[in-house]
Amino acid sequence: MYHKSKGYKIFSAFNHLLLILVALSCLLPMLHLLAQSFSSKTAVNGNLVTFWPVDFNLDAYIKTFNNSNFTGSMWISVVRTVLGTLISMFIITTAGYALSKDFRGRNVLMWIFIFTMLFSGGLIPSYILVTKLGLKDTIWSLVLPGAFGAYNLILIMNFFKTIPKALEEAAFIDGASFFVIFRKIYLPLSLPGLATVGLFIMVGNWNAWFDGILYMSSTEKYPLASFLQTVVVQGSAQSMALSQSEAAALSEQSIKAAQIFISTLPIILVYPFLQKYFVKGIVLGAVKE
Amino acid sequence: METQVRPLETDHVTKSRKNPWGKELKIHWPLYVFCIPALVFVLIFAYGPMVGLVMAFQDYKPWLGITGSTWIGWDNFERIFQYEESMQAIYNTLIIAVIKIIVGIIVPIFMAILLSEIRNMGLKKSIQTLVYLPHFLSWVTVAGIMIDILGLDGGINHFLTNVFGIQPVYFLGDPELFRPTVIISDLWKNFGFSMIVYLAVITGIDPSYYEAAEIDGASRRQQIIHVTLPSMMPMIIVIATLSLGNILDAGFDQIFNLYNPLVYSTGDIIDTYVYRSSLLNGQYGFGTAVGLFKSGISFILIVISYRIAYKVANYKIF
Repeated sequence: MYHKSKGYKIFSAFNHLLLILVALSCLLPMLHLLAQSFSSKTAVNGNLVTFWPVDFNLDAYIKTFNNSNFTGSMWISVVRTVLGTLISMFIITTAGYALSKDFRGRNVLMWIFIFTMLFSGGLIPSYILVTKLGLKDTIWSLVLPGAFGAYNLILIMNFFKTIPKALEEAAFIDGASFFVIFRKIYLPLSLPGLATVGLFIMVGNWNAWFDGILYMSSTEKYPLASFLQTVVVQGSAQSMALSQSEAAALSEQSIKAAQIFISTLPIILVYPFLQKYFVKGIVLGAVKE
Repeated sequence: METQVRPLETDHVTKSRKNPWGKELKIHWPLYVFCIPALVFVLIFAYGPMVGLVMAFQDYKPWLGITGSTWIGWDNFERIFQYEESMQAIYNTLIIAVIKIIVGIIVPIFMAILLSEIRNMGLKKSIQTLVYLPHFLSWVTVAGIMIDILGLDGGINHFLTNVFGIQPVYFLGDPELFRPTVIISDLWKNFGFSMIVYLAVITGIDPSYYEAAEIDGASRRQQIIHVTLPSMMPMIIVIATLSLGNILDAGFDQIFNLYNPLVYSTGDIIDTYVYRSSLLNGQYGFGTAVGLFKSGISFILIVISYRIAYKVANYKIF
C-alpha cells in the first residue's frame, strides 16, 4: 500500500539519488587516481584531469616498474603476505579447532587468548622486544608479532563449532585421530570460513605499513605499503628515483597515483572473492547465539 | 580390546571437564598440542611486551636495559599530567574518538535503513559493493588520495573556487578544520562496513510484522519507527556499549598519515604523541608510561562495556 502513496514515491526517488551519490563517492576517488596516473604532466599540473585520462600515456607506469625501490618493496610485500598468512592461518586454525572442543583447561586457555584483545604492552615495549629478539631488519619482524589475532581465532572457532559433532564421532569410531579429523573433516568443511579469515589476514598484511617503518632501518627493506607511505605522505621524491630530466617530463602526482593504484590492485582483485564471504563472516562474528 | 577402548573414544566429544588430569591428558593430548603454536606466539608477542611495561617506572636507557636502568617510581606518570602537550593529546583523543564513535554508529544505521528501502536487487548489490570497498584500502592509500584532492590546488578547492568563488581552504593544515576532516574521512572509509550488521538485522525481521503494521494503516515512516528501529535496538545497544572500549583509540593510522606540525594542537592523539615523544625523541620510559596509562584505562572501559553488553543484551565474547 505505502509504496503507491505519493509521499513514498518522492522519498524513494530522493533515496535512490542519495545512495547512488554516496556509492559514487566511494568509487570516484579511485577513478580520479587512475585517470591521473595515465595523464600527462601538463594536464595533471593544470588540474585538467577529473575521471578520464588527458593525453593518455603509460610513462608513470613504465617509470614505476623501472624503479628498483618500488619493485623490491613489492616483492617484500608479496613474501610478507604469503608467509604471514600461512603462519597466521596455521596457528589460528589449530588453536581454533582445539578450542571448539570441550576439554579440561579450555576456559583458562581461552582467557589467555582473549586477554590479548583487552590489554597490550603497547608500542615501546613491543618495539624493544622485537629489537631484543634480533628480528629488526628481517622479514620476521613484520610477520611474527602480528601473526596471532584473537578476533580471528574466535571467528574460526565459531566456524568449527557449526560442524556437526556426529561427523567427528563417526570418524572416531572408524579409528581416526584428532589430527586426521582436523585435516580431513574440519579444514575442508569450513573452507568458506577459512577463506574469509584468510583473505582478511592477507589484506591486513598487504596493507600494513607502520611495522615496516618501525623495524626496517633503510627504505630498501620496506614493504610496499611502507615505501608508499614515504612517497605519498612524506612526499619523498627520492623514493621515486627520478632523474632531473625525468622530473621535468613526468608529473610527480602521476607517479604517486600510479604507485598507489598498483599497490591497491591486489586488494581490488581479491575483493570480489572477499566480498562473497565477508558479510557472512562478519555477521557470524558479531551476532552469536 | 576393541570394546574396551570404544567408550573412551566417544568420550572425546562428550563432557569431560570432570576427568582427572591423567585421564584427560591421555584422551585429549592432541588438543593440548594443537594449542601450543598459538600459545607460544601469544606468550612471546603479546605477554612478552607486558613485561616491558616496567619501563614505565624507570628512567629507561636503551644501553642499560631494563635490568640496569634506574627506578623512578611514578615520575613518568606525573609528567603526563604536567606536560601541556600530553594533556592536549589526551583531550584531542577523547574528542575525536567520541565524535567518531557517535557518528560511526548513527550514520550506518541510517544508511542501512535507506538501503533496505531499495527494492531493485541489482542496484542494491552494486551500491553495497561500492560502499564496502574503501574499508579495505589502507590508510596510506586513502591519505594519498586525500592529500591530493584536499590540497590547496586539489579537486575540492578547485571546485569550491570555481563554483562558489571561495578562497582555497587548507583542510589538512588548519587546526580548526583538521578534526572535521578526520571524522568525515573516517566515516567515508568505514560506514559501509559498519552497516553490514545492521543490514543483516533488517533482513532478518519477520515480514509479518510489516504486514500487520500495514493493515493497521501504518505509513512506511511509521513502520520504520515502530518495527525496524525497535528490531535493531539490541544490536545498536551491543555495538554502542562495546565501542566504549575504543574511547581512547582515535585512529593512529589515519592521524599519522594525515597530520603535520601545523595541526598538532587539535590533531595530535595519544598514540601519535607516544610515537613522537618516545621513538623519535628517545624518552622510552615516558612513552611507555603514556601507553600504559592508555591501555589501563581502555582495559577498565572494555571490561565495563562487556559487562553492560552481557547484562543488557546477553552478549558473550565467546
